[in-house]
Amino acid sequence: MSVFVHKHSRVIIQGFTGQHATFHAEESMANGTNVVGGVTPGKGGQTHLERPVFDTVSQAVEETGADVSGIFVPPPFAADAIMEALEAGIGVIVVIADGIPVQDMVRVKRYARDRNAIIIGPNTPGIITPAACKVGIMPSHIYKPGRIGVVSRSGTLNYEAVQQMSALGMGQSTSVGIGGDPVNGTDFVTVLRAFEEDPETDAVIMIGEIGGPQEVEAARWAKANMSKPVVGFVAGVSAPPGRRMGHAGAIISGESDTANAKMDTMEELGVHVVRNPALIGETAHRVFS
Amino acid sequence: MNIHEYQTKELLKGYGVPVPGGRVAHNVDNAATVAEELGGERWVVKAQIHAGGRGKGGGVKVASSLDEVRQFTDQLIGSHLVTPQTGAGGRLVQRVLVEQACDINKEYYLGLVIDRGSQRVTVIASASGGMDIEEVARATPEKVVRETVDPAVGLMAFQCRKIAANIGLKGKQIHAATKLMRALYRCFRDQDALMAEINPLAEVNGGQLMALDAKMSFDGNALYRLPAITELRDFDEEDPKEVEATGHGLNYIALDGNVGCIVNGAGLAMATMDAISFHQGKPANFLDVGGGASPEKVGNAFRIVLADPNVKIILVNIFAGINRCDWIAEGLIKAMQDQQIGVPIVVRLAGTNVEKGAQMLAASGLDFIMADNLDDAATKVMATLGGQGS
Repeated sequence: MSVFVHKHSRVIIQGFTGQHATFHAEESMANGTNVVGGVTPGKGGQTHLERPVFDTVSQAVEETGADVSGIFVPPPFAADAIMEALEAGIGVIVVIADGIPVQDMVRVKRYARDRNAIIIGPNTPGIITPAACKVGIMPSHIYKPGRIGVVSRSGTLNYEAVQQMSALGMGQSTSVGIGGDPVNGTDFVTVLRAFEEDPETDAVIMIGEIGGPQEVEAARWAKANMSKPVVGFVAGVSAPPGRRMGHAGAIISGESDTANAKMDTMEELGVHVVRNPALIGETAHRVFS
Repeated sequence: MNIHEYQTKELLKGYGVPVPGGRVAHNVDNAATVAEELGGERWVVKAQIHAGGRGKGGGVKVASSLDEVRQFTDQLIGSHLVTPQTGAGGRLVQRVLVEQACDINKEYYLGLVIDRGSQRVTVIASASGGMDIEEVARATPEKVVRETVDPAVGLMAFQCRKIAANIGLKGKQIHAATKLMRALYRCFRDQDALMAEINPLAEVNGGQLMALDAKMSFDGNALYRLPAITELRDFDEEDPKEVEATGHGLNYIALDGNVGCIVNGAGLAMATMDAISFHQGKPANFLDVGGGASPEKVGNAFRIVLADPNVKIILVNIFAGINRCDWIAEGLIKAMQDQQIGVPIVVRLAGTNVEKGAQMLAASGLDFIMADNLDDAATKVMATLGGQGS
């Protein structure tokens, strides 16, 4: 089955006729993704990449039965586009934009409550189930079908881990970039739960970053709920302490969200922690075989 | 993006947060005029820099005469104020805030922040205001009150009353605090703030609550819709190299090591630094060239990294997704030809168009040390540095 997207996913692209959206939609289609149409307000009725263009997401869903949307609109318009997709009943919404105002995402998450959709991103390369469905901007050729789930905050570090895996012959069931923003659509726990429930995933690689409680919460959840092994890495051991003006952020996070503190806690909770990012693949290979 | 205290107070005053009477002054005469117009017998002269801990650093002085206002202003303006947050060099003071002094009965703490845990705005308050609020939170977390704001309805009055009562406010103060907190939240929401802090929130003579110090920072991604805030940006308070980098679409942070790093993506940039550190090396900087790195962008990245005299070697680590290795290679070759690069360069390329990029570098005849993967790159950096005897 893989998680969130698979070969039966019916994908639309919001901001379909833009230059980047066009490039990446073509690339996704060439890699087997079922792109059924797109949305560009004002261009409804036209055809783009031999697919229909709609003015609204609701029309697109009605006409094509789309259940996944890749949002390629610029950051100032992204929150509106996500809410439009939610309202139209899209189940998996992938938001590529980097630079959405944080409070826009706070409102989006409130709007998304009880709507039963998965929002992937923002500030993500997207999601890929190799050789079946790709919604995003990652280089497809580095991903290979397999049985390991990958979830990361960073995009390029996701590529790094995947290439290390591929070099050792390990493929991916699905790779999910949850995005690097402080307020994002989907947290690690949600993705771990999906991987745990997916019969086609045997193990998971989780790649975090400094800041926020997500990685530790995920490790805690995994200890209580997961039967599949998890290899973890947190980037930012050598990052300088942030320059900040007030104390409010520090009061919220305490000293628990440095990279080392998070990796120490994850290790105590049973995650196989890699301390050297160059050895993510090697460690996964050792732990999973 | 940060702004000065006097700017924050003007902004908050517009939303109805009580602040002491005061104005900014750029020179001694100016300061004396402000004090005279404010009236009273005592004034506070506060250095305006974008760093906390000004009180500890001697940047806040109480004057009992207009002569003292002049004297303190003269001492502060033009000096480099060192606080626990500025680093040893301190920060040049270019203006002071002159305010009416108040008699303080009690000091509270009030802050608003985007909480990554709840993914919402959280209000934090404490009866223990003043300087060491982080210590209070660590040692006695029960003395810190929190309320999470539902963005659909905003910060509700009942939540403010709860906070006020829990930090020990009584009677009319509960209503005054409620009004103040809701005004602060409105400002936070309207102006896309990431952090707002009133510390201390003081109970002054007569029982009135007043924001004696205030700090706010704003979401750089929202500046397109915040023209008034954008105008308040003070480039003198920012590292000129970081400002230059931002102007070129690069994200640069200077560090104190000797391995210059040029990487795409913040996560990979951090991991590259981590890999160097894992091999006992020291990164000289964090630099993310971002997506769509044109040859010019790569050239600018080299210029900025090499402006740091500590840099003994440069590691270029690119995993191209929306980037393309051939663009990066073109930029590398051009930088080597155009700039005086006297240090070895280790290059690791991967992802989109990697073969083409590697061929271009090989065909250039220039002296790049090629690495196959991240581990190989970090190893070669350390071996080359070791060979130099540094």
